[in-house]
Parts: sequence; structure tokens; C-alpha cells
Amino acid sequence: MAKLLAKRLAQAIPLLFGISLLSFLIVALAPGDPLAHLATDPHISPQTIEALRHRLGLDLPAHVRYWRWLVGLLHGDWGVSLQYRLPVSTLIATRALNTLILSLSATLVAILIGVPLGIVAAVRRQSFIDRACDWLTTMSLSTPRIFLGLLALLLAAKTGWFPIGGQHSAAFDRLTGVQRWLDVLHHLILPALILSLAPLAVYLRQMRGHLLETLDREYVRTARAKGLSRSAVILKHALRPALNPVITLFGYSIGNLLSGSALVETIMAWPGIGQMTVQAVFARDIYVLMAAVMITSMLLIVGNLVADLLLAANDPKIKLEA
Amino acid sequence: MGREATIHSQEQRGERVPLPPPRRWTGHYRAIILILGMLSFIAGFAEFIAPYDYRTQHRAVINLPPMPVHFVDARGRFHLRPFVYAITRVPGAQRRYAENTRERYAIHFFVRGEPYRLWGIIPGSRHLFGVSPESPVRFHLLGTDQLGRDVFSRLVYGSRVTLSIALASLLASLLLGLAVGGVSGYFGGWIDALFMRFGELVQSIPAIFLILALRAAFPLEISYGNTVLMLVAIFALASWPEVARLVRSDVLSVAGRDFVLSARAAGATDGWILRHHILPHALTPAIIQAAIIVPSFILGEAALSFLGVGIQEPQPSWGNMLAAAQDLTILLTAWWMLIPGLAIFVTVAAFTALGDAIRDALDPRSSSRPQGWG
Repeated sequence: MAKLLAKRLAQAIPLLFGISLLSFLIVALAPGDPLAHLATDPHISPQTIEALRHRLGLDLPAHVRYWRWLVGLLHGDWGVSLQYRLPVSTLIATRALNTLILSLSATLVAILIGVPLGIVAAVRRQSFIDRACDWLTTMSLSTPRIFLGLLALLLAAKTGWFPIGGQHSAAFDRLTGVQRWLDVLHHLILPALILSLAPLAVYLRQMRGHLLETLDREYVRTARAKGLSRSAVILKHALRPALNPVITLFGYSIGNLLSGSALVETIMAWPGIGQMTVQAVFARDIYVLMAAVMITSMLLIVGNLVADLLLAANDPKIKLEA
Repeated sequence: MGREATIHSQEQRGERVPLPPPRRWTGHYRAIILILGMLSFIAGFAEFIAPYDYRTQHRAVINLPPMPVHFVDARGRFHLRPFVYAITRVPGAQRRYAENTRERYAIHFFVRGEPYRLWGIIPGSRHLFGVSPESPVRFHLLGTDQLGRDVFSRLVYGSRVTLSIALASLLASLLLGLAVGGVSGYFGGWIDALFMRFGELVQSIPAIFLILALRAAFPLEISYGNTVLMLVAIFALASWPEVARLVRSDVLSVAGRDFVLSARAAGATDGWILRHHILPHALTPAIIQAAIIVPSFILGEAALSFLGVGIQEPQPSWGNMLAAAQDLTILLTAWWMLIPGLAIFVTVAAFTALGDAIRDALDPRSSSRPQGWG
């Protein structure tokens, strides 16, 4: 296990280096002046802008700028947000945490509902439940998240059961510890549910498909023939190998989850990294954009690593070719 | 289990084995083709199908709900030709409308209306349906938006934006993937390593963050035509690696075959061999992958336009039409502003089904691998 971990971390380093280069090339070398919006502000003199440009190193040649940024990254200095006039690292830490909370809750919901439903659908093939699940997956994979988000806002506004967006209520500061948790949880429910729908459908479909495949295997038939009960065969013999592709999927789904969360965050005003990135596009906040690309790529790499470790834990056959 | 066992024994007895029943979606093949055909027709002839221009502001009827189409009038008489009633504003602080049942206006097909130029070239003034231009009312099938623009017309023009961006992105992604994958697989060595590592790099950034970063590389305010080109470029740049990877593996399996060697022995150049002998073999996986990815382009365009960094007003796109519904008062009072969401849903579902059907037809062994940006 430790060997696998070390190997994957070693692989991640050149990848992250490449991603940093790519995101620098895309964002920092784009035509257009990131300080242009300051120039339209009559309170700021051209001299101040030039001083700021010099302080940020925007007047240096590209390779020097990249080198400075990379060294800064390694030291935990992610540059300055031109929009908020704050260090990117302080800005992005809480945002990343919020996105992580949202994405992990959505994954949890997706697995807790999708996997059991997939098992039921596979065991009761062609039953009413199976057909209903089929409809559910088709519907939820085709429904745009922006539409779902708007429907959720509508639900919240009409019924008053849920808060209309945001992460906590206005009175948050006056709440005690437990109340604060409950308050955030209350705000989390709708965005997490919306975000979970697509991965839920994917888990359901994959679980059903692979379990059906496993149920067709010889050893499952043998287990049945020797007199084991149906539920024991499904749970002990068929389920575990069928879980492997689902675990692999967990790694793959992180990317989609982060992408989806960017939209859900923007609609439901959840202060995560996606919402911040969208605002950064408008403000041409280059250091925030580059940091967002780096952080989300790292989350994706970590997610894949976790999936690999889970896979190794579930399947003794996988002799981690480390 | 049972069916496969029977097929086995039938095969052993040398009987003709019936084909397995088609997978889930293939049965709906006709419905898919019908929906996509209709969509393409609507997008292609938007000027004719939309009763009004997407910019025309009918300021007297702002936020008008969809107008009911009647066959039976207030006195209970049936009319073969559908009609609408005139709309009057109910006095009061809030903007509300009521039907004036004394004024009846018939809906005609191929009615003369606002003049237009089809595809910007062919002049015309006939529209698929509408009320007579002499009548004082306008027919808003799906109501109007906050500027009094006809929602149905904007939906129709929006379909053109959505479909042309999706198809152009598909083409661009396919060409880029074929070129990179072909060159990579054929030449191998450092070229291959360079392209494939680069592809992996692109794929290891979560899609929407890559797309947003690429979007930030372009100026915020650009013309409509440039926006379309930019979106196509962004989607192609974000989606080529998967196509290239599949093409490359097929090229590798073909590159050493006898017909390639004989072509080289006959003096064919690398470019000739790639184009005439190798890439045709790699076309199938590329087409399958491309068909699967079209829904992501549609959802991606809608998402970017919704966020305000894609297609800009007044040009309608389904995404930026939905953006208006973000306003809580509009969301609560004007439910018809959510209709573009249904349009996206139907289109994405149809393209997903088409992708599945194409994959089932060309490569029955693969399993479904859904993905999405939206």
C-alpha cells in the first residue's frame, strides 16, 4: 500500500508541473491587460497602476514570471487576487474547503442511494423498480444542472422549507456551535441533492450492469447450486467483484463532480471554488484562475489516488504493480 | 442466463440463431431521428418558423404568460380554425393580463408578418404561423420575457446557436483528434510521447475549470460571430485528447499490417499512407467518441452562456435565456422563462440516445460511459 502511494505521488509531481505550465500559458499569456479595469477608475493614477504592475511583476518577461509564480506556489504564496486585493492562498483555502464539503456530500448521497438501487435493479431485473431506475438515470443524465438549480431555487422560494441559496443564514454569528452545524447542513441539502443526481445515475447504471454480469458467472451459479441462499450469494459472492468498476468510477467522477459543482455553486450562491472561478473570469483575476486550475486538478489527482487505494483494499487480486 | 443457454444449444445444433433483441435505445431509433430532424429543421429555418424577430420588443406585453389557443369561444361555439383572444392589462400595481373574450383573432398558417432574410440572404415575410399582421394583437405562444420579446421566437433562434456550436465543435474535435491521434500512432517515438502526455495533461484538469481558464484567455466582450468561433475552439481544445487516444490505439494496430507495408514499398509517402490506408480504419472509434461527446458541447454552451461568458444578449441562446430566470421575482412569477431548460433536456436526451445507438451499431461490446460538463 505504501509503495503504491509513493509511486502515485511520484507520478503526480510531473503532472502537476505540466498543469502549472499549461495554466500559466493559457491564463497569464492571454492578450489583454489584467490591470485594464483599474485604468478606467479615476481614483487611481497611471503611476499607481505602473507601480502595481511592477510590484506584481507583470512587466517582466514571461519565463521569469512563470518561474516566480512556480517558486511562490511551492512556498505557499499563490499570488495576489487583483479583485479582492488579498493573497490568493487565504482566499482559496476556505473556498476549496466549501467545494470539498459540497462535492463529498453529493458523492455520499450518490453512493448511498445509487449503489443499493443498482443492486435492487439488477436483482429484480425487468421489474417495476428496474424500469423506474432506468427512467431515473436517463432523465437525470440529460437534465442540465443549471435547470435543476433553478428548479431547486423555485422549490425553496415557494415552500420556504429550504434557504434560498447561500451557505449560512444572516444570524450565523449569533448561533452556538451545534446550531451553526445544523444551519450549514440546512443550506447544504439542496445543492448537494442537485449535484448528486448525475453521479447517482452513473453509479446506479454501472452497479446494475456489472452486478448483472457477475450474476451470470459460473461461480455464482455454483454457489446457488450448493444451496446458499439468494441473498448470501448476492452479498458475499457477486457484489464484491462487481464493486470494482464502481470504485474506479469514483475516481473518474471527481472531475465531473467538480465541474458540476461550479454551476451549482454559482446558482445556489455556495461560496466554493467554482463560484470564485466564474467571478475571476469576469474580473480577469489571473492568479485566482491559475490557482483554481491547480487546486481542482490536485483534488482530481487525490480522488483518483483514493479510488486506487480503495480498489486495492476491495480486490486482493490486484497485486499493485508497484 | 436462460436465453444464452438456449442460444448456445441452438448454435450447437446448427440452427439459425435469432439476433439478440436490440439494446434499450435502439427501439426508439425512429423517435430519435424524428426529434433531431425536427430540431435541425427548426434551427435551419428559424426565420420562417419564429413568428417574430428575436430582438423585437413588444413593450405593451412585458412578462406575458403563454397565450392560450382556443377552439371554442366564450359562447360555446366551436371553430375549426384555432384563435386567440386579445390581451388586456388588468389595472393595478402588479402587471397582470386578462383575455378579452369579445375580440377573437384567428391563427393562420403561412401568414405574412415581419420581413426577414433567410440565412441573411433570401428575403421573405411568410411565417409558419401567426395572427394576421393587420390585427392589433400579437401571438405569443410561449409568452414574452422581461423586455417583451417573444419567448417562442427566441427559443427557435436559440436552437440555431446551440446546434451550430455543437456540430462545429464536434467537427473540430474530430479533426483535431484524428490529426493528433493519427500522427502520434503512425510516427511513434517522441512525437507520440509529447502529444499523448499533453493530452493526459489536458484531461487531468476538471473540464469546466479548463474551459473557464480558456474563456479567460479571450476578451470578455467580443462580437457574436467571434463568440461562436471561440466557443467552438474552447470545446475542441478541451475534448480532443479522448478522440486522439482512441484513434492512436487503432492506428497502432493497423500500422504494421501488410497493406501498409506494401503501400510503403510501392513508394507512398507518409501523408498518403495515413490518409488513405490508416485513418479510414481509425474513423469508427473517433465517430463513436464524437457522438458520445455532443451532449457535453450542448450542456457546455448552455452553461457558459448561463454564466454570462458565452453567447451574449440580445442574441438568444438557451443558456442565456435561462439566466434571466435566476432573478427570484422572474422565477416566481414567470414560470415560462424556464422553458429553455426543457428544450436543452430534450435535445441532450436525443443526442445521448443517438450516441448510444451509434455506439451500439458500430461497437456492440462497449459499455456506456456517460460524461457531462453541464
